Amino acid sequence: MEQFITSWLGSTPAFAIPLALASMGLVLCERAGVLNMGAEGYMALGAMTAAVLTLTLGNPAIGIAAAVLAGAALALIFGFAVVIMRCEQILAGLATMAVGLGIAGVVGRPYVHKSFEGLQPLDIPLLDQIPLLGRLLFNQDILVYLTVLIGVGLWFLLERTRAGLKIRAVGEDPASADVAGVQVQLQQLMAITASGALCGLAGAYLSVASSSVWVDNMVAGRGWIALALVVFARWDPLKALAGAFLFGAIEALLPRLQAIGVPAPIYLMNMLPYLFTIAVLLIAAWSGTKKGVEPAALGKPYVRQDRH
Amino acid sequence: MSQGSPLLTLSAIDKSFDIHRVLNSVSFELARGEVHALLGENGAGKSTLMNILIGVYSADAGKLELEGKPLKIGKPSDSARQGIGMVHQHFRLVDRLTLTENLLLAADDHPQLKSRAAAREALLNTAKEIGFTLNPDCQVGELSVAEKQRAEICKVLALGARILILDEPTAVLTDSEASSMLAAIRRMAESGRSIILITHKLREVVGFSHRVTIMRRGETVAAGLDTSDLSIEKISSLMMGSSSTSLSPDGIDSKKAPSNVQEHGPDLLAISHLNARRDDGAPALTDVSLRVRAGEILGLAGVGGNGQHELTELLSGIRSASSGSVMIDGADALGLSPRQRRKLGLRVIPADRMASALVSDLSIAANLSLTSVVSGRFGRLWLNRRRMQREAQASIEQHEIAGARPSGRMGLLSGGNAQKVLLAREIDSGMKLLLAHSPTRGLDIRASALVHQRLREAAAKGAACLLVSEDVEEIMALSDRICVISAGKIMGELPGDASAADIGRLILGHE
Repeated sequence: MEQFITSWLGSTPAFAIPLALASMGLVLCERAGVLNMGAEGYMALGAMTAAVLTLTLGNPAIGIAAAVLAGAALALIFGFAVVIMRCEQILAGLATMAVGLGIAGVVGRPYVHKSFEGLQPLDIPLLDQIPLLGRLLFNQDILVYLTVLIGVGLWFLLERTRAGLKIRAVGEDPASADVAGVQVQLQQLMAITASGALCGLAGAYLSVASSSVWVDNMVAGRGWIALALVVFARWDPLKALAGAFLFGAIEALLPRLQAIGVPAPIYLMNMLPYLFTIAVLLIAAWSGTKKGVEPAALGKPYVRQDRH
Repeated sequence: MSQGSPLLTLSAIDKSFDIHRVLNSVSFELARGEVHALLGENGAGKSTLMNILIGVYSADAGKLELEGKPLKIGKPSDSARQGIGMVHQHFRLVDRLTLTENLLLAADDHPQLKSRAAAREALLNTAKEIGFTLNPDCQVGELSVAEKQRAEICKVLALGARILILDEPTAVLTDSEASSMLAAIRRMAESGRSIILITHKLREVVGFSHRVTIMRRGETVAAGLDTSDLSIEKISSLMMGSSSTSLSPDGIDSKKAPSNVQEHGPDLLAISHLNARRDDGAPALTDVSLRVRAGEILGLAGVGGNGQHELTELLSGIRSASSGSVMIDGADALGLSPRQRRKLGLRVIPADRMASALVSDLSIAANLSLTSVVSGRFGRLWLNRRRMQREAQASIEQHEIAGARPSGRMGLLSGGNAQKVLLAREIDSGMKLLLAHSPTRGLDIRASALVHQRLREAAAKGAACLLVSEDVEEIMALSDRICVISAGKIMGELPGDASAADIGRLILGHE
């Protein structure tokens, strides 16, 4: 039993980190008032970019860095469309998602199923021998620790700094923020780009850290779960981090259960994260309406009211 | 107060939006340490002038000077840097942030306010200086309207404003809140700041301002008069103008028809003890009772935002009342849908015709037949398009809607022609009660006169008309009886031939 729990918890980050990075990115974006439906595509692009560059150059660090840039670049296109041109956010998000999936599929085609040497866990001696939590906490790759740092940093940025205050103000009441001298469009563009970078990193984690291979449709709906996690987390990066680990643990449980021979239909099991997502959204909708924590200007393009 | 060189001078300011001239050589002068009241009816140009001063709009012509030096203002942050701050009627505070955070947000040009502690301290000091109490750590969304206003004033002052523009500061306050706000305004002036007070309430002007500037129709009609030389009556007549400027260009008769006060006609609209709330929960209508008989026009006068919007929405059936009753042609209408009310004979000309009555992307024929399509007159399943086009063509000819073809797009018509389309549709054989809210807003004199003629014809044919308007001259030109609404209450009823001064006194809350 201890063996089971240890290996379950040990494999949880592999499932949790992509969700955590993507959902924290989306939290940032939505706090700035922009609804980005494209996470799935940014993650696919990131995963493919990281895998292809790691395969050709043999260096996962370069692959990961390139994935971050690719995600940010795709997000910038989205940002140009919704912030500068004031396009419909949902449509623009879906369109860039399709672009990301498309590029990943076409460019990645020659590299499908070629495994490579990915990112290796950092062994922290002794501490990783602690029963149960040892492997979870001290035998992970550097991105796991980075993800936790990003989560805390993002929370600090949003809640404790003037830069974060501006982002929040833009997401709540862009007109008032504008009057207060905040450059609304710039704030939104920065938040969108950073969120694209985080989604790219999330994708890179999938290919370079948790599976060391690129296959088509590798993201498999995680971008959508991340989007739901944002609501679940009430737009709080730390809660998004925690929620991602909760989801990751559930996802990690499925293959373990199959391995020890629990008789459960595999398709039903694979459906669980999505069912859980719907349940979470329903609960969030039911309990959250009174407090209203959603950024008030989420999804509404801001147009200045002046008529020079 | 007015000795010495003025602190701020605006001279010969012109401003047009498209072809519409809203400011015509306006001048304004502000001295150090004074409360200067800026008066005028809605649309007189006060807000435009102030928006030019704070950099929201730019003037087409004219000169701005601060302490004798030319003042260049291109955007709102320029005016803030010069120490000019405005407290808008709609507060510019982010609800989900605390007051301190709202100040931090605006502190880009104020390095000394960039830490949370410093911002908090600055707010508390400002509040203490002008005698407000406030909690800088409270989320703005949880404050009452009066608290929000104090918060906004403290924020603007903490950012270093020495010229403070207050846009109808007491409009949203209760009487006791208003008097403490006015006292605070005097204290701010005594501490050396200059206040521009935009208000509609003459009592405040007389009691609390040093000087008065009055605007009417984009022009300054009185500049920098000493308040002590003025009476409420004098100010009121300057604001309203000498009235009865007749709207009769090109031979269209717009003079007042003989009164049709109906002594015995049936009440087609009877509103009694009606109460309703605004979207934000504040009372919008308090114990409103009105009745309109067949064949008469009842004018409801008042400054905008005093419950007219809620009343027309409520009568149209798209807002619910908290208590009271509304009878249309003897039937209880409060629980009825807009469609059922329409069957009772209610027709509506809303204030925002493009948003609430016409569909700008559909054809003119479709707009003309929209209500008949709903009732099934053009076929229950399939539309008889040819008949729609034919009837639309007839309407266009009958109502002289210039430049209109049945298949033309609604949105391309000018305001006046769009209003003609709406009138052609609403004034039909089934009409018993016509509700018209600011029916000539944005129209030129000729189109306005035509609208007035249509309303008068409708009443002559036996319809009851409720005319809700902020334009006192329009009310006087059309109404058989006049009621005045202020702060959601009916202030009184006057005969149709009442003078502008009488109406003005009721509007401004003087019996």
